[in-house]
Amino acid sequence: MSEETRRLKVKKPSIGDQVLPKGAILQERYEILRALGLGGMGYVYQARDLRFANIKRLCAIKEMISTSPDPKFRKVALHNFEREANTLASINHPSVVKIYDYFTEGKRIYLVMEYVEGKDLERMLDELPKGTFLEESRVLKWGIQLCDVLAFLHENETPIVYRDLKPPNVMLRDKGPDTVVLIDFGIAKAFQEGQKGTMMGTEGYSPPEQYRGIASPQGDIYALGATLHHLLTRRDPKLQPPFTFHEAPPRNFNPKITELTEQVIMRSVNYDKDKRFDSSLEMGIALQKALDKNTQPEWMNQMQQIYDTPIGEEKPATPEYQASPKPPEVPAPEISAPNINKGTGTIQPLWKFECEDDVRSSPRVRDGIVYIGSYDQWMYAIDAKSGSKVWKYEVGGGIAASPCLYKDKVIIGSEDNVVYAFKVEDGTPAWTCYTKGMVRSSVHVSEEFEVALFGSDDNHLYVIDVNTGRLRWKFHAGGMVRSTPCFSDQLIFVGSEDNHLHAVTIQGKSKWRFESSLGIVASPVVEGNLVLVGSKDGHFYALSKKAGNQVWRVKTNKPIYSSPRVHGKMVYFGGIDENLYAVEIQSGRVKWKFNAKSHIISTPLVFNDAIYFGTSSGEVISLVLKNGKERWRFQTDGPVPSSPDGYEDIIYIGSTDCHVYALPA
Amino acid sequence: MQFLRRIFTREKISVDTSLETTEIETDTSEVSHYMPGLNVAYQTDVGQVREQNEDSLYALNVYLEANDETIPFGIFIVADGMGGYLKGEVASSTAVHTVADYLLSNIYMPILNENTQSAKQKPIREILEDAILMANTKIMETTPEAGTTLTVAMVMRDELHVAHVGDSRAYLYHDNDLEQLTVDHSLVARLVELGQVTPEEALVHPQRNVLYRAVGQTDDLDAEVYYRSFPANSYLLMCSDGLWGLVDDEEIAHILSSPPNLQSCVSNLITTANANGGDDNITVILVGMGELPM
Repeated sequence: MSEETRRLKVKKPSIGDQVLPKGAILQERYEILRALGLGGMGYVYQARDLRFANIKRLCAIKEMISTSPDPKFRKVALHNFEREANTLASINHPSVVKIYDYFTEGKRIYLVMEYVEGKDLERMLDELPKGTFLEESRVLKWGIQLCDVLAFLHENETPIVYRDLKPPNVMLRDKGPDTVVLIDFGIAKAFQEGQKGTMMGTEGYSPPEQYRGIASPQGDIYALGATLHHLLTRRDPKLQPPFTFHEAPPRNFNPKITELTEQVIMRSVNYDKDKRFDSSLEMGIALQKALDKNTQPEWMNQMQQIYDTPIGEEKPATPEYQASPKPPEVPAPEISAPNINKGTGTIQPLWKFECEDDVRSSPRVRDGIVYIGSYDQWMYAIDAKSGSKVWKYEVGGGIAASPCLYKDKVIIGSEDNVVYAFKVEDGTPAWTCYTKGMVRSSVHVSEEFEVALFGSDDNHLYVIDVNTGRLRWKFHAGGMVRSTPCFSDQLIFVGSEDNHLHAVTIQGKSKWRFESSLGIVASPVVEGNLVLVGSKDGHFYALSKKAGNQVWRVKTNKPIYSSPRVHGKMVYFGGIDENLYAVEIQSGRVKWKFNAKSHIISTPLVFNDAIYFGTSSGEVISLVLKNGKERWRFQTDGPVPSSPDGYEDIIYIGSTDCHVYALPA
Repeated sequence: MQFLRRIFTREKISVDTSLETTEIETDTSEVSHYMPGLNVAYQTDVGQVREQNEDSLYALNVYLEANDETIPFGIFIVADGMGGYLKGEVASSTAVHTVADYLLSNIYMPILNENTQSAKQKPIREILEDAILMANTKIMETTPEAGTTLTVAMVMRDELHVAHVGDSRAYLYHDNDLEQLTVDHSLVARLVELGQVTPEEALVHPQRNVLYRAVGQTDDLDAEVYYRSFPANSYLLMCSDGLWGLVDDEEIAHILSSPPNLQSCVSNLITTANANGGDDNITVILVGMGELPM
């Protein structure tokens, strides 16, 4: 009958060795026909009651073998068993299996019960073809019946908490309408001592407080919610980290489930028992509502949607679709809904600074001054507080790169093939360095070696003296170098359009290279022993710093141009697939991602527990760092490939609408 | 073609009982923690209560010369089988063999010999996940009634990759600090995390042995893979719950803090677990990282 411990594998040999043979007769009355399954304490048999000689009256007999060597313990166990059997014998409900008799033979105790012809719900799930689901309305109907029987038990003269609701304990009768029966009342539990040996499979359906010994009707509600979740999603809670339902709304697994059903389930499996339904009755009503919604004709749903959509301030009266008398209002369940952003705010800029062309460059802020280049061929220094110009300098080409601040200089490349160093205080040029291609890569400085590193469209990685701009050496990277180099442990890492990430020694020799399937435009960062970089081939790679072998990768569906930002144990980057990713560096697991509904080229900024980035639809978006929930968004009038910088609670960013913005963080 | 060099002689020790499935590939007689690169000691013990040892272990430690560098490389595995009727042993040893085979053919040869790495080669994390999935499939085919925990550590240069299912553990001991790298896939670990029970209550909780994830149980097994650096003068400790269930972290750290040599540390750990009751099989692998030969 019940196969409750089918998945519970115990290290010690089980007591289920000595199965009663077919034809064995117990109490001169019950003839064993076959074993139905192995339970926790012994077998369950199908038997025939011989007192009814002329008809074949079947019953199920559950055997419990007391393995405890302690006679006192056995006596207490027997006493508990008898008490519980008597309670159950007094229950008369069509959805509770009937108990006829119990007796002992030696160390074995037998319980004679109604034989329910049918299948348990676990088997229903097992027999379902892969990729298909049980029909939602059918599962809801079972849920309603189970709420009824739980309410009956909870409101019994001696209230009974079932404690062990799960698919294998619910039978579906073969005959008659689709009715369910609770079969296992956990009587065997009275006989169980603490299990020894490692076991697989948790209950999965039991509420957290039950492990502190608290059994309440809310516990049964949790287990019913967990059971319905499993039935509708086929996601076995026994195989998940326990108590993680809040991360697993049913519609993540079976998108066809209605939102109302999901809400009922999520409320019933709330970790906090006071946030679940107050009673099974209340849960039953909520399920009935979900069922009504589920079974009403499609046109009604469409009507409902039209009515539910608020128009302006006016809200039309909700039409009555309840055929049955209107049930009491169920309070709106609280469920966490990732990526649904309620309370999204918009903000106003503190100032904006107008340029004559796109601002693709990313600002750098230091000592109250914002440094940024523009496609209008000017390099600007702007007062961070007021947004007024401090100085500007005209170069011979558009500026797409971002400035690098080193001591008293700001260094930046331009599409006129030149890298410029200016004095920060007044913009006087300090030195220039010529290349044979446009410079879109930004400059990175190694203070230790006093060199500036950058790439050029002339296919070279340049290493120059940061004080004079004189070339130390250049490295042929096989393709245009638009990625910004980074430096760690005497190695320089840079991406190239030749599809490789190059690791070059400080002497200019190739140490190793990693080949991706397409070019690497994004800039690498080093964290510990890993080099992290995105590629146009749609992958974000973590490579070992010493040898370049892949440690992990995250597959996105579109190219990656956004450079990564490391903060604590996480790395953040954006994708052309419109997602901002938060990935755990040690494992390569995506902790959360946020769909911005538009390309992300901008490198995210982490600032004061929040994250900031621009999108190709012109928005600047801020998310909560921890969970990726939206904080606010700000609309500019052009795509924002620029990456923000933060300074004293203000975020600075450029936009292709020709402005630099200062936004409140 | 690069050539391989084994510093340690290979010695296969087979323990004379059909129940013991110890796979051992290094010589421990001369190991001290003063040698460069990796040094390894290990031991498995049936404990004081059980009749069979259902744990399996595997340790492989080699040096590889490639592109002017000497690369320490090691694979270390602990598996704690469950299932009764000798099936636990079969499951744990199947897991250990399958994973070791897979890692040798998919990482050892292809990755270590190249200085151009390619996106066509799978990342180490995915190779480790595949190795565990393969062990999972094999156990489901051969011993469907059984399962096993599986904790795999792979060391390459100073990189440490740990893949893990179940409640065997990997720790990193460095500067007198014992850090647990793995998270137990057990009910009580989760209850502790959620604050439902205290760590002290967890040690005696009636369901302390219940795992929610184990190898050989379901098709879509989700292994956890962690990457860490393995700095010089630190130690990787891998063990089954027979050790950590009976010897607390403080005691483990104390034993590791004064090693005359690695093997005596391992013996001390096992002796202590047995002295504290030895209610389960005890398996310990201890890997020391010396100064890298680079």
